[in-house]
Amino acid sequence: MNDSKKTSREPGRIAVAKTWKLFIGGAFPRSESGRSTRVLGPGGDFETNVCLASRKDLRNAVEAAESARAGWQNRTGYNRGQILHRIAEMAECRRGEIVDAITATGSATRRVAAEEADRSIDRLVSHAGWTDKVEQVLGCRNSVAGPYHNMSIPEPIGVVGVVAPDQPSLLGLVSMIGSAIATGNVVVAVVSESNPLPGLLLGELCATSDVPAGVVNLLSGSRKELLPHLATHRALGAVVAAGLSRTQRRALQEGGVDSLTRVHPAMDDHPFDGTDFWTTPRALMPFVETKTIWHPIGG
Amino acid sequence: MDSSPSTSTTDHDAVTSGANGSGWEYAPAPETTEVRIEPRYGLFVGGRFVASKGRRRMSTLNPANERELASVVQSNAADVDAAVAAARKAFRKWSRTRPIERGKYLFRIARRIQERARELAVLETMDGGKPIRESRDVDVPLVAQHFFHHAGWCDKLRYAIPGNDDPRPLGVCAQVIPWNFPLLMAAWKIAPALACGNTVVIKPAESTSLTALRLAEIFQECELPDGVVNVITGAGETGRLLVEHKGVDKVAFTGSTEVGKMIARSCAGTSKRVTLELGGKSPNIVFADAAIDQAIEGVVSAIWFNQGHVCCAGSRLFLEESIHDEFVRRLEHRMRKLRVGDPLDKNTDVGAINSRDQLEKINQYLEHGIQEGATMVQCCDRPLPESGFWCRPTFFTGVQPTTRIAREEIFGPVLSVMTFRTPEEAVQRANDTPYGLSAGIWTDKGAKVFELSSRLKAGVVWCNTFNKFDAASPFGGYKESGWGREGGRHGLAAYLA
Repeated sequence: MNDSKKTSREPGRIAVAKTWKLFIGGAFPRSESGRSTRVLGPGGDFETNVCLASRKDLRNAVEAAESARAGWQNRTGYNRGQILHRIAEMAECRRGEIVDAITATGSATRRVAAEEADRSIDRLVSHAGWTDKVEQVLGCRNSVAGPYHNMSIPEPIGVVGVVAPDQPSLLGLVSMIGSAIATGNVVVAVVSESNPLPGLLLGELCATSDVPAGVVNLLSGSRKELLPHLATHRALGAVVAAGLSRTQRRALQEGGVDSLTRVHPAMDDHPFDGTDFWTTPRALMPFVETKTIWHPIGG
Repeated sequence: MDSSPSTSTTDHDAVTSGANGSGWEYAPAPETTEVRIEPRYGLFVGGRFVASKGRRRMSTLNPANERELASVVQSNAADVDAAVAAARKAFRKWSRTRPIERGKYLFRIARRIQERARELAVLETMDGGKPIRESRDVDVPLVAQHFFHHAGWCDKLRYAIPGNDDPRPLGVCAQVIPWNFPLLMAAWKIAPALACGNTVVIKPAESTSLTALRLAEIFQECELPDGVVNVITGAGETGRLLVEHKGVDKVAFTGSTEVGKMIARSCAGTSKRVTLELGGKSPNIVFADAAIDQAIEGVVSAIWFNQGHVCCAGSRLFLEESIHDEFVRRLEHRMRKLRVGDPLDKNTDVGAINSRDQLEKINQYLEHGIQEGATMVQCCDRPLPESGFWCRPTFFTGVQPTTRIAREEIFGPVLSVMTFRTPEEAVQRANDTPYGLSAGIWTDKGAKVFELSSRLKAGVVWCNTFNKFDAASPFGGYKESGWGREGGRHGLAAYLA
């Protein structure tokens, strides 16, 4: 990171260069493709290496997510809420680092980045509070005209693909991932292409927050390359995306047709920095499937 | 409600054979209500019955005797344009009509359906082939209930979707419905759309147009404003023109997964909202600790209700291994008591297959089943009527999970029987399908009910019952069985922004 700008170093000491790696199944692998790219700072005064995920990495991430799926879904809402809150705790104490990551490419001022960091942390706190309330708010008992107990319950869809926008790179990602895992889903996310650092930093936060391995998987890479595979992967029950062009939205929808994936290609129709959608139960609806259960009453 | 739509769909108590078990024959008990059917029908557009702008027509048959009932229009692009334009024009006023007033129209429609219930049931049975007992006791009561239920939602929509206190209608809805529950599917589509302030262009299936056109008469009688609902008839091409029409804001389809995917593809990249109710291959799981007699009736209801022309039919029966032989023996005994024949006979259990095409498709699956090495058991010994489309209730035992009859939707009265040893295996095999519409569980253990109902990937789980429907109960599938829900509070989300 560019903390060299803030803290003076002992003269002659060489800084340790960090490569930003993928986050798959709780580990931080390089891309199996052996590829990486460089993220450059605004004045060229800073550069860092970032792994470039391949199709194979994406498939590995989906496998990791699948194996984490049942365990995460079966945890109590209370437990999932504490883990989400723990991510917020970790984010708060690494707030400065988050701001550094958001500003790394010069796409945001430190003031704007600080706001985004705060909103992202607050959103995680909000999500932490949803986990044990989703069923009450989105579910109900239905009054059917007969002697039956009938209830509708929201259930997680399963493995959800997330495509983060470039702006706001962290808040967009956190809003979508938070909604997904608060409702019991597991996630394979493609972080911002133009500035992958904040998204990859989220992986480091998850890794130290008792998030079970595989619940959140993060890939940095080319959207153009990864999007088609995300769209057509049959193990993904839903794909949500933000920051896509019209053509990309259409391609994502078309790609999902064969497995009837629930595709929401324009989550940024609801501004991430607003509160009229992302802190309401409507933000959880794309991530749940309604199950209705009937049982006779009486003999 | 005056009726009770959720009562048993297959009350077979009357079917038991004579006191000595010899199986007395029943005298014919035909439904005698006369129903007026015009020789030729037009379209219902802008509140009036109008002629098509084209010339192509098609026959709608009574599948129980293959006689033509009437000639209906195959709507062309100009007809679709006119219907969408009428719906667009009506939307301006309908969407601003005070909700309580919208509700009154829907309440009126519900009442009128109840008043004309027998006529609708007879027409439904003649055009579609389903037993009069089902159209009279299940379909039509549910249709009335659906309008009544949604009438009451009109002025309460702000409480329907958590977090959306200012819900808005979407606009013009294109709705394409299947032939297995023609009137009921029309109600499932039209009632919520109207309650939410949308207007509708609906296309019934090509083999079952008559009750939708009769429903249009009811809309006229109830003075529903012109253009709020438009009914255009036709086959797949008309459906495609409607769904792909640029003037449409919302597409709702019930039918095959194959066509559903075509629609999803054609709507990709547009701003159209889409809901799909598609196919299924639903598991029905019976544990050894179940009340076996009830489970047998449940299996009958799950697969032979409506000739098995049910998207959520329990077409894969999973029996706990220890009860397999005894259960199959009793199921066969019960199946042989089913009466197949004249759908208008009040004692008929299984009516006619809806069309020749569907019958051929089902027969191909019967051949596949035999070729794949399964053992076929069919009812009954009695001869089938000489004309019409008929398939005897059938089940296969010794079915391998990888075979076509175990994996593909047959949409006919054909059950595949398989076994399991542990609840774990039952869940795994039940979920091993791209579909996820419904599932059934039969057990007396409450904990098992809750465990399995939470692990089965299906939109509707019937525990110790099957094939129950209600206007207040959301219906719809997981995975490749579709997008969205219909009915109840959850169904409204499909028609609101």
